[in-house]
Amino acid sequence: MAAPVRDALNPARMLRFFPAATLVFLLGPILAGLLGTALPAFGFLPALGGEQLSLRPWEQLFATPGLATSIRLSLTTGLITTALALAIVVLFAAAWHGTAVFRWAQRLLSPLLSVPHVAVALGFAFLLIPSGWLMRMFSPWATGYTRPPDYVLVQDPAGISLILGLVIKEVPYLFLMVMAALAQVDAERYRTVARTFGYGPMVAWLKAVFPRIYPQIRLPIFAVLAYGVSVVDVAMILGPTVPPPLSVQLMQWFNDADLAYRFVASAGALLQFGLVIGAIAIWCFAERLVAYVGRRWIDAGSRGRSDGAIRAAAVIALAIAFIAILFSMAAMALWSVAERWRFPDAMPSVLTAANWLERTPDLWAIALTTLVIAVIAAIVATILVVGNLELETRRPEKIAQRSLWLLYVPLIVPQIAFLFGAQILLVWASLDGGLLAVVWGHFLFVLPYVFLSLADPYRSWDVRFARTALCLGASPRRVLFAVKLPMLLRAVLVAFAVGFAVSVAQYLPTLFAGAGRVSTLTTEAVALSAGGDRRLIGVYAFLQMALPFLAFVVAAAVPAWMFRRRRDLQVTT
Amino acid sequence: MAHALELHDVHIAVGGRALIDHLDLVVSPGTVTTVMGESGAGKSSLLAFLCGTLSPAFAASGRVVAGGVDVSADPPERRRIGILFQDDLLFPHMSVGQNLAFGLPRSIDDWRTRSRLIADGLAEVGLAGFGDRDPATLSGGQRARVAVIRVMLSQPRALLLDEPFSKLDAATKGRFRPFVFDHVRKRSIPTLLVTHDPQDALAAAGPVIHLGSIDGAPA
Repeated sequence: MAAPVRDALNPARMLRFFPAATLVFLLGPILAGLLGTALPAFGFLPALGGEQLSLRPWEQLFATPGLATSIRLSLTTGLITTALALAIVVLFAAAWHGTAVFRWAQRLLSPLLSVPHVAVALGFAFLLIPSGWLMRMFSPWATGYTRPPDYVLVQDPAGISLILGLVIKEVPYLFLMVMAALAQVDAERYRTVARTFGYGPMVAWLKAVFPRIYPQIRLPIFAVLAYGVSVVDVAMILGPTVPPPLSVQLMQWFNDADLAYRFVASAGALLQFGLVIGAIAIWCFAERLVAYVGRRWIDAGSRGRSDGAIRAAAVIALAIAFIAILFSMAAMALWSVAERWRFPDAMPSVLTAANWLERTPDLWAIALTTLVIAVIAAIVATILVVGNLELETRRPEKIAQRSLWLLYVPLIVPQIAFLFGAQILLVWASLDGGLLAVVWGHFLFVLPYVFLSLADPYRSWDVRFARTALCLGASPRRVLFAVKLPMLLRAVLVAFAVGFAVSVAQYLPTLFAGAGRVSTLTTEAVALSAGGDRRLIGVYAFLQMALPFLAFVVAAAVPAWMFRRRRDLQVTT
Repeated sequence: MAHALELHDVHIAVGGRALIDHLDLVVSPGTVTTVMGESGAGKSSLLAFLCGTLSPAFAASGRVVAGGVDVSADPPERRRIGILFQDDLLFPHMSVGQNLAFGLPRSIDDWRTRSRLIADGLAEVGLAGFGDRDPATLSGGQRARVAVIRVMLSQPRALLLDEPFSKLDAATKGRFRPFVFDHVRKRSIPTLLVTHDPQDALAAAGPVIHLGSIDGAPA
């Protein structure tokens, strides 16, 4: 008799709305934003006098000098970056999986995931420029230079420094994706079986394990590829300038004082979307090719027992990526406290705290803004993700793994292709330029990563704990809050920290949703990068890097302290 | 006073294949009925059905009566049918005492009574003073006993045992098995034991039901 009342108060009823709400929040703005970009691309934007549809923006776009180079740069950057980073990671995993070297790599690379792209790019530039740290370390004793030489290593016209800067940042990401996939396929035993047939360890891994994990890392690879093709912030720091990659060219148009450029920029943004689709198509074609060759290689039965050279090369490549990030971070830290640092000196001669305390009056206000936005976006995303995952465990037939690709939509559709359109909508709703709009813009990218971080631990939690608790008389709500979430506290906090780090790193969403009026550490660091005051850049980039790192420290420290007397909840790795 | 656990015409099927075929069963208070069968024969599905935690992927029908009440339509937490798995499943984030408190019904709301019941429960199984301990610091046998006390304190109308002895070493098993059965008898709880070990059935000293393994069952 009490059943209807109970049902109405049942939290499962509220949970039902989570997937729909998530999709509306996530995909709605992207689709609306794409439409909002598509209309001006065909000349329609009444606010700027575009009253009827036309192809003029496209004519203007294709008449742009250097457009072909821009397109080529975007495609090569994305494809080469992805192929190179993937090759390093796969060869390393093949060569060293199951060894102490691999476990060390895991320990060293995991924390690097939280370092924002922009911070890596700025630090990498600090290393490579003619007057950079690398040159200083080898001058004058090795190079003979007492003054910075006159060559171009950063922002080179072919985009090599851009590719390298992206590769060192994507290697840790793809490495962790490969690790997660390896954990799910019982890789050790498959490799062992192959080795008993006489295959060398590397060939055994490539033939018996890699084909099984590739489908699982495919979506992350596409995300890396799409990012490389359409990246803006890193390309502004490391990429070529005349002409720049398409995405940077678009930014220049969107920022042009002459508002008429918004039309050609919109057409370009759609072209950018097309480039991403094209790059993915090229990748898929290459996949087929590799699969065909790979199958023949497997069928041929070659054992590959002498792989020493490749094994060494793989570990060296990974080590270079790791060391490059480490030195990039150190270079920024040093510049942020440098007062006097003359050219060939390897270290600053006079250190100062003034860069932090006096020269940056806005620093702490901007840091606070960054923090508030990131905390809100990450909390909202974490709650929605927990809600979705909880619903999934209760009604497993409703949400299937196949909807996973929907989460990748915000990671694959280029930001620039829908953010301008979304900005128009925000202006129309008088929501632009506020903190809330920026939080929402970040949320689109925070949510997928929070989901990807939490899904595995949440799904692999032993449901018999829940059944035991239910049979002891605990309500589903109590099971969730008193048993499940406490046991998953670490995973939940790590997911939150991932979301926090993603938010801190956002550049374009902050710029567009904030209408240029909301400054975060990232937008400020990018803005400063054009000016070349290395001390100030060092301060902002270092703080931008430290904030996510602190989030991860908190995510590790809180459960460690709360459960300090609970041995089974302590991390032993 | 004590009531039996009754199963009326319980039928469980998955994908058109019947796992439990119209089973009628009465388990008297303080006795242990053993259900034996190959893995995949539907033993665990039967227990999940009785608990109310069976996945909706299964098509199940039939009535369950426990404590004289038809609980078939109740959610798991209202059935008061306790279950023990082969792992003790003590909540790792709670102390031993908190684990026991979790099982105590909320209707006992006087904290002094609650802590006395917990202390008595621990003393009864030779673990007096273990309330503040981290479950991870207990031996396998000690943890198994805490799990039993936890489910007893929840005052179940019936108890389900899902191969609870299969992971214990021979010596522990020899001591733990009679320990569980003694408690069941002392508290007059109707108990259903699922196992594939004939020794368990022998020790349970109650009726034994064999679930037919289905011919050509998919692996």
